[in-house]
Amino acid sequence: MTLADAANLHTFVDAFRFIADHPGFLATKAVEQLQLSGAAIGLALLVALPVGVVLGHVHRGSGIAVGTSIVGRALPSLVLIAAFLTLLGIGFVNNMVALAVLATGPILINSFDGVDRVDRDAVEAARGMGMTGSQLLRQVELPLALPLLFTGLRVAAVTVVATAPIAAVAGGGGLGDVIVNQASYRLSGVLGASICVMILSAGVFLALVGLQAVVTPRGVRRTRVGGADPQGKELE
Amino acid sequence: MTHAAPPVVIPNFGQGSACVRGDHPFCWDWVRAHWGDTLGPALVQHVELTAIAIGIGFALAFTLALVAHRLRIVEQPIAIFAALLYTIPSLALFQLLVPFTGLSWTTIEIALVAYTLVILFPNIVAGLRSAPADVLEAARGMGLTRRQTLWRVELPLAVPAIIGGLRIAVVSTIAIATVAAFLGPYGLGSPIFIALKEPTPFKTEIYSAGALAVALALACDAALVLLRRLLAPWAGRRLA
Repeated sequence: MTLADAANLHTFVDAFRFIADHPGFLATKAVEQLQLSGAAIGLALLVALPVGVVLGHVHRGSGIAVGTSIVGRALPSLVLIAAFLTLLGIGFVNNMVALAVLATGPILINSFDGVDRVDRDAVEAARGMGMTGSQLLRQVELPLALPLLFTGLRVAAVTVVATAPIAAVAGGGGLGDVIVNQASYRLSGVLGASICVMILSAGVFLALVGLQAVVTPRGVRRTRVGGADPQGKELE
Repeated sequence: MTHAAPPVVIPNFGQGSACVRGDHPFCWDWVRAHWGDTLGPALVQHVELTAIAIGIGFALAFTLALVAHRLRIVEQPIAIFAALLYTIPSLALFQLLVPFTGLSWTTIEIALVAYTLVILFPNIVAGLRSAPADVLEAARGMGLTRRQTLWRVELPLAVPAIIGGLRIAVVSTIAIATVAAFLGPYGLGSPIFIALKEPTPFKTEIYSAGALAVALALACDAALVLLRRLLAPWAGRRLA
């Protein structure tokens, strides 16, 4: 088993051949995976975003936000998927819920931090101008919190898309179906699907970075891609 | 690895109590009976997998961070590369390494080290950068050389950020290492995969191995928080 011997090269050539031979099949699987990921992220956003924003707005419950993110990070995806499989049965719903739990931590902590840490002077000024609580939230706090809201969404989305293949062990569908089924698709199929999964999650990452750059108001652009929060929350 | 022929058809069920045969939500008797042959060894392996990955990953990340700290132009490219590398799904990375290093412990460690590296590098660099300008000014005023400034000023000030990165790296590695069992019977993921392969997934095995993985992650996280309070008592008391 020496590095890069001829046999290995063959394996990868075969993997790319598999991709070239089955573009429709792989595209279908990729769409399945994106549907599952999208549903999970949507569910997580629905729950975690309002909670994080409201807690941040009233500057309370940092313990809840921090605790959720710590426990959430400590929950291995495989454990979540296996546990929800025993609770909800095999299929789409259990995987969606398991992946949504995974996405909740980063969304909650970043939306909380984003709103909670808005410059106090800006908040004071807005109040001095006579803004009501909801005006303050919509016109000052949310725009200023956008970079962190997006960081949360991006970390959550990349985590979910990257984890979704594991859901195949619990009937999740998607490219993971191919990766965990070497008996049917052989090593070339497994590697081909792995390459597709890589491209897919890198694509999601880059798309969200781009979207963030477009949506963020010019005055608020201060976060850099890849740069970590010293507290270590930027990268999951 | 040699697999002795299992004495019964479904090894993990064993002869089984009524609880195990009925697959009740949680059977303590199964956990007690299989602590010695399944859960205990898996936990030890999991700790080994994680410790080796963190050790190597930290050494590499620290060296790279020192280079990036000195040569600022390489920082952003490495950071973007790291962020992209981190998007590679663990299952895919494990599979893509198989043609090179086989279904082996080495394959798992390479993947785990890669993830550790991409988490630690940005955090260590950010930590080294976090020294305030006036502090650096004062250090220079006191006649410290660049090297002395690094080791006596910047590095101590970076401790909270480095430990912050270590917390994420350790917890993530423990989580990702469960997936490693897909390649071979290593770590706490192994009992989970075995339980999932039963005709009906065996609940007790999934819950007990899963709980051990979560407990291990939380314990390591708490230990690192304590370490930070010890080494950097000036850093905030906030948990995250």
